[in-house]
Amino acid sequence: MSFALETAPNTENLRRVAIEPLSRVEGHGKVTLLLDDDNHVHQVRLHIVEFRGFERFIQGRPYWEVPVMVQRLCGICPVSHHLAASKAMDMMLGVTLTPTAEKLRRLMHYGQILQSHALHFFHLASPDLLFGFGSDVAKRNIVGVIAAAPETAKQGVLLRKYGQEVIRMTAGKRVHGTGAVPGGVNKALSRDERDLLLKDIYQIVGWSRDAVHLVRNLFEKNLAEYNAFGRFRANGMCLVSASGAMDLYHGGLRGRNADGRILFDHFDYSRYWDVIAEDVKPWSYMKFPYFSAMGADDGWYRVGPLTRVTSCDSIPTPLADRARTDFLAYDNGSAAGATLGYHWARMIEMLHAAETIKDLLHDDDIVGTDLMAAAGDRLDRGVGVIEAPRGTLIHHYRVNDDDEVTRANLIVSTTHNNQAMNEAIRKVAMQYLDGQEITEGLLNHIEVAIRAFDPCLSCATHALGRMPLEVEIVSPDGTPRDRLVRDANGRCQRT
Amino acid sequence: MTAPTLIFAWGNPSRGDDALGPRFIERVEALQLPGVQCLTDFQLQVEHALDLQDRRRVLFVDASVNALAPFEVNTIAPAQDATFTTHAMSPQAILQVFRDLQAEEPPPAWLMAIRGSTFELGEPLSASAEAHLDAAVAWAAGWIKAAPKRKRRSPR
Repeated sequence: MSFALETAPNTENLRRVAIEPLSRVEGHGKVTLLLDDDNHVHQVRLHIVEFRGFERFIQGRPYWEVPVMVQRLCGICPVSHHLAASKAMDMMLGVTLTPTAEKLRRLMHYGQILQSHALHFFHLASPDLLFGFGSDVAKRNIVGVIAAAPETAKQGVLLRKYGQEVIRMTAGKRVHGTGAVPGGVNKALSRDERDLLLKDIYQIVGWSRDAVHLVRNLFEKNLAEYNAFGRFRANGMCLVSASGAMDLYHGGLRGRNADGRILFDHFDYSRYWDVIAEDVKPWSYMKFPYFSAMGADDGWYRVGPLTRVTSCDSIPTPLADRARTDFLAYDNGSAAGATLGYHWARMIEMLHAAETIKDLLHDDDIVGTDLMAAAGDRLDRGVGVIEAPRGTLIHHYRVNDDDEVTRANLIVSTTHNNQAMNEAIRKVAMQYLDGQEITEGLLNHIEVAIRAFDPCLSCATHALGRMPLEVEIVSPDGTPRDRLVRDANGRCQRT
Repeated sequence: MTAPTLIFAWGNPSRGDDALGPRFIERVEALQLPGVQCLTDFQLQVEHALDLQDRRRVLFVDASVNALAPFEVNTIAPAQDATFTTHAMSPQAILQVFRDLQAEEPPPAWLMAIRGSTFELGEPLSASAEAHLDAAVAWAAGWIKAAPKRKRRSPR
């Protein structure tokens, strides 16, 4: 089946508009639109680079190298890959972590959540939210935010810096750390390091709470637009703890349908393929996962902060739990179903991450030295699932008797959200672009919808000179008719 | 004490010539020259502006598909680069963020662009990139030794 606006029934006499690469998303992506001569939208598609090359990259490597190697898959959330791979190898080795090892991994993970969410909100999303989706592109960036709201911008930078420090102290290095290893961790947290992190954590919690208030205020000022912007109904999936509370490090899978009814709960993720299947489309390199019991047409779902905050029964830290209650109650729950509700939910999670870091730092296990657990019964496969900043991340490996990885399957957050992001941009295209003369400001509305998901397109190649934004309008026979170029200084020109 | 000279290189060690930045850092660190701190990351990010604090000068290093071989070095100034992406925040934008956040001028900065050609996952450095790296490290050794004696700070 093809979804509305996925495939135009007749492409003759339609022109093609491409947004490539998308700016302020992680990696490379492209949106193509087919428009007729009156600028009516007939087809909208989001294309993203797939990860199959990464899976081949891992095959043949010894299993103990994998948690370090997979960090190179993504320069944006290497810690998430590091921990998901470590969890998979724990399962393969039949290991139950020591309390100190699990808490150190949790500390690392919540440091990653904090820094990633801070970067996304303050650096990527806030220019659109503070200045308007179609505002002057010269101001619509972090420099504009610094000029207009310097204290807010500075807090964003320092929140991210703090998260990076948590990662450095738990992983051993700022990047390419080796903190988590199959069976535990290889670096203890010293009391001096703990005290250093404790010194600033109350400020970090305070700033995170302010960020929740900031995004709520933005909703209050723009309620009608934010609620309607790219709004659609979707199923959702995330991990929850045994009590049904939010747990971003470990738990069972919970799936809800668009009405909020639970489809499966506390499902053992080591058999994720019993509830998830993947569809393919001829026009996309990336697969389209869905709940297998519902089929590809109705079973697609979304993951990430909005799903996690709305699907869990509670959040196990008081300030974030209070913020969640307010979010769900706001305007009779309207924000909880809005695509831009992702931003609000993301800040609630950032607050939860800050509170969790505080609690872990006050737990004496965190400075323990019992770092490695004894291996149990060895299996030939391991599955590790974690709630990465952008959503559920699945690592699945098979390992042979020579300890080499023979098969790897990674389902990343952005893949789970593939159909949901396509839905969002189709709604926005109809709301804002249909029948309009295309401008940079209008095209940015499409990017605003995509950025709400914080997709990680994860290319991590960024050599100088490869960052143009080009919009090409071509005739059906491929003849170029118009071209819009955004240069390195943000200026848009027709060429 | 903060080292007066910062060398900051970026790139993915597992993507062919994109590893030029991190490999450059390994080579310069091995020289064990005093007064130098070397940092590396996958990409330049906004918080890296804080690494510029109390520096006398900064050298940014990246692979480039456009630079003349073996490498180019240019002085750079703060710039309001409006195409901010986390994928590729420019060093000029980092200098601008420093200026705006700290309300002072950033240290003098240079950008070294080392010519690369292949960026495939799992590939090693190409032979030409290896040669370009040798030349770049040799130049950097001289640049480090020619460090000025006094710290430059000019309030806004």
